[in-house]
Amino acid sequence: MRLLTTLAYALALPIVLVVVWWFASAGSESVFWPPLSKIVGVFGETWNADRWTGDVLPSLARLAVGYLVALVLGVLLGVLIGLHRPVRAFCEPTLEFFRAVPPPVLVPVIALFLGYTGDTSKVVTIAVGCVWPILLNTVEGVRGLDEVMLDTARCYRLSAWTRLRQVVLRGASPQIAAGARQALSIGVILMVISELFGANRGLGASIVQFQRSFAIPQMWTGIILLGILGFLLSVLFRLVEHYALAWYRGLRQADRGA
Amino acid sequence: MPTALDVRGLKKTYTTGGTSLEAIEQLDFSIGKGELVCIVGPSGAGKTTLLRCISGLLDATAGVVELDGTAVTEPPAGMAVVFQEYGRSLFPWLTVRQNVELPLKEKKVPRARRTELVDEALDAVGLSDSAASHPWQLSGGMQQRVAIARAIAYEPSVLLMDEPFAAVDAQTRADLEDLVRELWKRLGVTVLFVTHDIDEAVYLGERVLVLSNRPTVILEDVAIDLPDERDQLTTRSAPRFAELRAHVYELIQKAKKGERPA
Repeated sequence: MRLLTTLAYALALPIVLVVVWWFASAGSESVFWPPLSKIVGVFGETWNADRWTGDVLPSLARLAVGYLVALVLGVLLGVLIGLHRPVRAFCEPTLEFFRAVPPPVLVPVIALFLGYTGDTSKVVTIAVGCVWPILLNTVEGVRGLDEVMLDTARCYRLSAWTRLRQVVLRGASPQIAAGARQALSIGVILMVISELFGANRGLGASIVQFQRSFAIPQMWTGIILLGILGFLLSVLFRLVEHYALAWYRGLRQADRGA
Repeated sequence: MPTALDVRGLKKTYTTGGTSLEAIEQLDFSIGKGELVCIVGPSGAGKTTLLRCISGLLDATAGVVELDGTAVTEPPAGMAVVFQEYGRSLFPWLTVRQNVELPLKEKKVPRARRTELVDEALDAVGLSDSAASHPWQLSGGMQQRVAIARAIAYEPSVLLMDEPFAAVDAQTRADLEDLVRELWKRLGVTVLFVTHDIDEAVYLGERVLVLSNRPTVILEDVAIDLPDERDQLTTRSAPRFAELRAHVYELIQKAKKGERPA
């Protein structure tokens, strides 16, 4: 019963919005604002098997690779910087500067060096944009590790590798997750943006092509599809987080109760 | 009695910027194998500094600490530490069992023996039923029991305890004190117990080392000649307990006024 109530709360607003859109656009004659019924009608034929294998999946693959590269690099460098005070003092202002640079402006620069038709440049764009929140949050998390916990690890002679895995990474994982979540939404944005410049295939590129060829209902389907994919990715992320950080939720609840 | 822990000429001076602060002036003492020694001192007597030097977490400015004849330059294999801050010393992402087991895994204890040691240790502290819980699901006193279980499963030659019961309530504290006495007797482990509580020191120890205020030296090494069987009621109401307690209390008062040994 509680599950049903929660579900009802979660779904109420989307349903209302879709219904409003449906009826508000029902009789629309405008080319740019086609009726929702028409958009839904062309959805299936627009995103056929060929588009999935040729556009959607390659886009998602580039996102996955770029995001994972950013995750590995960000956590690795973040741990390194976070554990060593001198390195931190040396790097941090510079990192803050790079974080402040909006990732899309990197696209022309990357295009200059790597060209912009291949996969590499797009993956690099996504990775370069995603790495900052992960990196800076990891630094923050590692810096905030409890002294007593680190002393305990030393007293029981945990090796550097065990300390890294069992103490540093686990202890910083709540912050790392926060950074990774920010990075995910940046990644989705960059997945699209990286395809707007080099006019070839991909989910973002398809949307632009629909718009340029005045296939407006198809363009809308692309936007809806993007929204759904972004939502599913965030649900997936939340699931992983829910499982990996169960201890952290419990700890916080226990702290509040005490 | 062979010596387990030997501290000779220990000195610690903190230097930050241009100023230096002498925390420990000169400490000499040794602890025999199987002894239970308490260290008390007024607040700010450098108890924690001393403990960190002994456990190899902090480099001394001068002097040596020897554990079983080997100089301590880093946390030694034969030492386990129970910290005051149990909540920050146990790993909250591991279960009780995993917390106790982690140091053993690191020591490459074979799996079967590991399970045995963990079971025994948890049983000894009365937490067999909580092995699958996470530390934060337990009360403060139980969490400190987990830390103690982790320490004894490690089979140390010397067990260091840094004001381990300062953060638990009085009743739990009495239980934990008895637990320490019981484990010490049963396992024959050498215990160095640092506390600011005079009663606790006298109740637990065979010897009580009273520290001066900073820079720290030993004011007196008090032998506690109470019977070996101790319990909270009879021991604490014994006349000899009161005498010893009064003596240590006086020493602490003198230490606060800055008195140094002659």
